[in-house]
Amino acid sequence: MAASLNGSKTADVVARAQALFEDLSFATARQWKASEPGRKVVGYMPIYVPREIIHAAGMLPLGIVGGGDQLEVIHGDAYYQSYICRIPRSTIELGVSGRLDFVDGMLFPSICDVIRNLSGMWKLMFPHVYSHYFDVPQNYRDDIGGNFYINELAELRHDLGEIRGNPITDDELRHSIAVYNENRRLVRDLYTFRAERPWQAPAAEVYLVVRAGLVLPVEEHSVMLRDYLATARAEERPMRDNCRIVLTGAFCEQPPLNLIKSLELSGCYVVDDDLLLVTRWLTGDVPTDGDPLKNLSLAFLHHSESTAAKYEPSQKEKGLYLVRAVKRSAAEGVIFAAPSFCDPALLERPMLQHVLKDAGIPYIAFKYAENSGQMQPIREQAGTFADSIKLWSGA
Amino acid sequence: MTTIVTSKKAPAKEAEKDASMVKQKEMMAAHYERLTSAPETGDKVVATFVPGNLNELIMCFDLLNNLPEVNAIQNGLRRLSGSYVLEAEKIGHSEDVCTYVKSDIGMMAKGNLAPNGKKFPNPDVLLLSYTGCFTFMKWFELLREQYQCETIMLHTPYMGDGKITKNMIDYMVKQLKEEVIPTLERVSGVKFDIDRLREYLKKSTKAEDDLVRVLQSAKAKPSPIDAYFGGIYYIGPIFGAFRGTDDAIDYYRFLREEVNERLAKGKGPVTPDGDMGKEKYRLVVEGPPNYTSFRQFWKMFYDEGAVVVASSYTKVGGVYDFGFRHDPDKPLETLAEYCLGVYTNRSLPMRIDMLTNYIKEYEADGLLINSIKSCNSFSAGQLMMMREVEKRTGKPAAFIESDLVDPRYFSAANIKNRLESYFQMIEQKRAGVSAAA
Repeated sequence: MAASLNGSKTADVVARAQALFEDLSFATARQWKASEPGRKVVGYMPIYVPREIIHAAGMLPLGIVGGGDQLEVIHGDAYYQSYICRIPRSTIELGVSGRLDFVDGMLFPSICDVIRNLSGMWKLMFPHVYSHYFDVPQNYRDDIGGNFYINELAELRHDLGEIRGNPITDDELRHSIAVYNENRRLVRDLYTFRAERPWQAPAAEVYLVVRAGLVLPVEEHSVMLRDYLATARAEERPMRDNCRIVLTGAFCEQPPLNLIKSLELSGCYVVDDDLLLVTRWLTGDVPTDGDPLKNLSLAFLHHSESTAAKYEPSQKEKGLYLVRAVKRSAAEGVIFAAPSFCDPALLERPMLQHVLKDAGIPYIAFKYAENSGQMQPIREQAGTFADSIKLWSGA
Repeated sequence: MTTIVTSKKAPAKEAEKDASMVKQKEMMAAHYERLTSAPETGDKVVATFVPGNLNELIMCFDLLNNLPEVNAIQNGLRRLSGSYVLEAEKIGHSEDVCTYVKSDIGMMAKGNLAPNGKKFPNPDVLLLSYTGCFTFMKWFELLREQYQCETIMLHTPYMGDGKITKNMIDYMVKQLKEEVIPTLERVSGVKFDIDRLREYLKKSTKAEDDLVRVLQSAKAKPSPIDAYFGGIYYIGPIFGAFRGTDDAIDYYRFLREEVNERLAKGKGPVTPDGDMGKEKYRLVVEGPPNYTSFRQFWKMFYDEGAVVVASSYTKVGGVYDFGFRHDPDKPLETLAEYCLGVYTNRSLPMRIDMLTNYIKEYEADGLLINSIKSCNSFSAGQLMMMREVEKRTGKPAAFIESDLVDPRYFSAANIKNRLESYFQMIEQKRAGVSAAA
């Protein structure tokens, strides 16, 4: 049963989310597992997995997005050359240091070649853990990519059923879809609220509260989201003379929390972003009647976020998702923040920049690593960008 | 700011080539002539990739195949890629991403000239055979933005669990039937004829048989071929625009006879400086080579008597040495199976098994990994591969780093030092074994 946080203040909710964020031993997930015999935990990496299937198996989906800036990577660096991004090395560090020793399975979604290859490394390093590369279609026709995806979902459903000891039923899946629909609605509500009143919901707080959903049971996370929304709405905070920006490119390896804070401190309200996309990948409710796998498949094909890891079949549509995000959130500019050596984000970036240029939307770009420590250059860049928007936009 | 400095040395001595290399060069030159003459001949052009190259299918529509990786390699060998990469970075492409892509984009920005000095025709269609490399997807989105032409996605699922499933084959065949073939028909104006495809596939099989025999000739001691540096010449026609043609059958028969002759005479490989001296070290190499200093790189091996007896890079456009052949009786399924099986679409454990197997089968002294800075598909996980192969074979492994076509990342002194240390390590290992015996 999820603990209620009703009546708490924004700071209390954020403090709890921050504690979860800082806990690199995943104590909450460990406690969840230990509280009932037979419970299992399945980890997953960015960018998207259908958490409904894990949940329907009675398991806890655990989002693994690297080790952040507080994890000292000792072993992980021995697995990667200097020109590979940081998330796989810190994830390996989490694994070899025993921090994930309670995890019964790991899913490696189709996002890039580094995470793809990590799936094979995990099989070799942790042979007793269920490790699975989770493929998604790049063809969006119901009868082609859709059928392929339904079969991939069925394989995952079968495998998790085997681990549990009995098959996952349709009703269990439908229930889980409903639970995640509610969670996604709350995350979307939070994003909408932030876009309307960003001074009431600072980016770092929103990030922490959403990120808590990677480690908490979804029901508990929905309570947290509701509490945060209620308290953030009720608590008046001063509005700064900030510009409004969309943050993009940070969908896999996460920026340090300080980087997100620095953007706002330097004059940029983050009114939309692509952080932690798994929490809102599906953009509408998934139907809870009919064939649950088909419903998940159709939602993926036709109602999911666009990002660099997905193929865009239409040149006319290419990059417009970012322009739409800018318009939807009434943003005044875009900040491209990509992890160093991130193929998807960095290869996509020039195309997105061309689209923004055509739409007359200003942007800046920089790179980071999850353990970047020096924020001054980023503050200066973002501050100058904010000033230029204030001075020159609409002139 | 980075500046590329080219040393003003005396012109290098003309490289010695055996007859098959000369023939291969002529074939490639003829293909570039066909491509660059397309505006006059009216031939239509499809750009596609080496892994997952569907040349037999492409020929069914009378289309000419243009492979951007091969163009980048040509530009690397001709020392043009460095300036192309810089050009691409100047117009906004990150220093962190694939240098094949940047060489291609930079080449376009600087006139889009083929190795014969004539302009490449714009492609009529981009066949995005999305096989074994994430970058391919973005690369063709970038090209589509430039050329504004039709693009076909053929998605090859990754063999993450080390097997080809029915779901994967069904998905690919359906894409071929309902997306790829209808679009190629529309673009080319040629109706698809499955019997024509079968005929091409039959021809592919013959060439594939001969290629495998050539590659497996390296099991002999001394090896009559270098299966990495020389192997790159050998794979050119079959990985490029010739698989399924009579030219490919002729070339691989010719090559096989040539190799057989060397084998019969107990000769080692031909190097740019002539016949190789005594074979001292037999290596398996993982990863692509560096192309901007290709000859210099190769020389570091043959000067020391090191010959590569098997390599993973020569399997990037198709793995044939474990039995796969294109099957004319299952024309679409076999294309799917081909794409699924290419080296970089194989899981890391499969790649480790392959390399381990090569070391044993080819009686190699060890594994050398040339890790490519801008190729995550190959490079991510290679340090673990190295340790696993060492553990399983008991043979020493070594690791060097360079790049495909970016000369900034080729440090000759560093690589030479590491190679020399590695050869010493092999000697010590041998001495240890002899002492123990």
